Amino acid sequence: MTHALDVAGLCVSLGGREVLHEVSFALEPGAFCGLIGANGSGKTTLLRSILGFTAPSAGRVALAGVAGYVPQKLQLDPDMPVRAGDFVELGLNGHRFGFPFPSRARRAKVEAMLAAVGAEAFAGQRIGELSGGQQQRVLIAHALIRQPKLLLLDEPLANLDLRASAEIIALLKRVAAQGVTVLLSAHDMNPLLSAMDRIVYLAKGRAASGRTQEVVRTEVLSALYGYHIDVIRVHDRIIVVAGEGGAHGGKHVAAIP
Amino acid sequence: MFAPYLRDAWIVATLIALAAGCAGYFVVLRGAGFAAHALPMAAFPGAALAGLLGIAQVYGLAAFALAGVAGLTWLKRAQRPDAAAALVLVALLGLGALFLSLSGGYANAVYALLFGQILGVGPADLPPALAIGLGVPALLLACFRPLSYSAIAPDIAAARGLSGAGLDVLFLGLLAVTAAIALPLAGALLVFTLMVGPAAAARQLTPAPLPALGLSMALALLIVWAALALAWLTSLPSGFFVGAGSALVYAAARLWRRVKG
Repeated sequence: MTHALDVAGLCVSLGGREVLHEVSFALEPGAFCGLIGANGSGKTTLLRSILGFTAPSAGRVALAGVAGYVPQKLQLDPDMPVRAGDFVELGLNGHRFGFPFPSRARRAKVEAMLAAVGAEAFAGQRIGELSGGQQQRVLIAHALIRQPKLLLLDEPLANLDLRASAEIIALLKRVAAQGVTVLLSAHDMNPLLSAMDRIVYLAKGRAASGRTQEVVRTEVLSALYGYHIDVIRVHDRIIVVAGEGGAHGGKHVAAIP
Repeated sequence: MFAPYLRDAWIVATLIALAAGCAGYFVVLRGAGFAAHALPMAAFPGAALAGLLGIAQVYGLAAFALAGVAGLTWLKRAQRPDAAAALVLVALLGLGALFLSLSGGYANAVYALLFGQILGVGPADLPPALAIGLGVPALLLACFRPLSYSAIAPDIAAARGLSGAGLDVLFLGLLAVTAAIALPLAGALLVFTLMVGPAAAARQLTPAPLPALGLSMALALLIVWAALALAWLTSLPSGFFVGAGSALVYAAARLWRRVKG
């Protein structure tokens, strides 16, 4: 298999309601893909199906290797006696039973990973006391330490300020450049536009996917959202704006089924 | 204080403190304070029923504590509100009161089960205390990483093949066994205090997991030893000193962390 991730005809029903309907897309190694869609569109369900948490009613998911996962949010108690480095180390051996003897080699691996994501400065701090951006770095280091072929991130930019978002995207871009396929969900695609080369757009349980420049166009996005969307170029950057004006005059337009 | 007739009390108290201090680290980490309170309470009617039936208390305690694990697990899976769990607990306490009143010696038995008889233990109490004092920490240390992982990041741990429900049952089962054996010796309220106070204080003093676990056990030992010594010196109940000591140690640890910044 040449694809890092191959999703074919995936259907998922939860509580009798079909959340995903015949979702199909494939990602090459090293792709940086945004999984875009409104809240409740099925992004988390799709990620959970790829991870095997949620059984599909039809279709299949094929992975080329280990998948790393960064969940949307961890409920971290600020008093929890777990440092950033300890949490990253759990990515290596957290599933193993037996006395947790310290290992110098393991510690070196953890330190190298923390340095790779720019988290070495707060490696010794309690993970619950870190800022949102710092926690994301630690979560990414935790996911990468097993050297996955695919990195799945559920809304990693939610609750981050603009600077922290930009830093996390730059970090993920570096990760993708090293051959790890990155698939991250987001409800706002603007912060990702400069980085992602693929988009999977989810609406009403159905998916449209393609290269960023094919999908991020006024007519395509307006049809996908069922609402007028402007794609604007400013200083060589693309911005997606929803609402008034443009060819559709802010009116609802037909959605791609 | 160290007279031969008190030797067993010191040994048993030490072993219970080791088990409670170690289990307490995971109680606080996993947010299982309610379970730590509920399981000794759930075991309470078991002891009363055993007294009524004339069988060894430990069998009744173990049966009811393990039934408590099943009940808590079911309530969690069924996503029942806290009120339902609280009412089940109150019903069990009421059942215990009924069994005790039917078996006679009501006030003494209630006092013993709630506050323990640590100064009254004898050589026969050493084997079960030894079993939990050494067995519970050994088993919890063997499960240290999976129990920690599933508490901190349940979704990620599940992705790595760790069953959160399975680890819950394993942990609650160990808590139930600890409660069943320690309850007649230290009492339901003291077991709970020792499972929460030292661990909550230890996590204020260090951000590192294994040192926090060791510190929790050390503080539990310190509190129990101090309580026994003060109880002997003042003739006041050891339970009072365990409770007050735990609260003081926790307050001091929080203050230390705040001052340290």
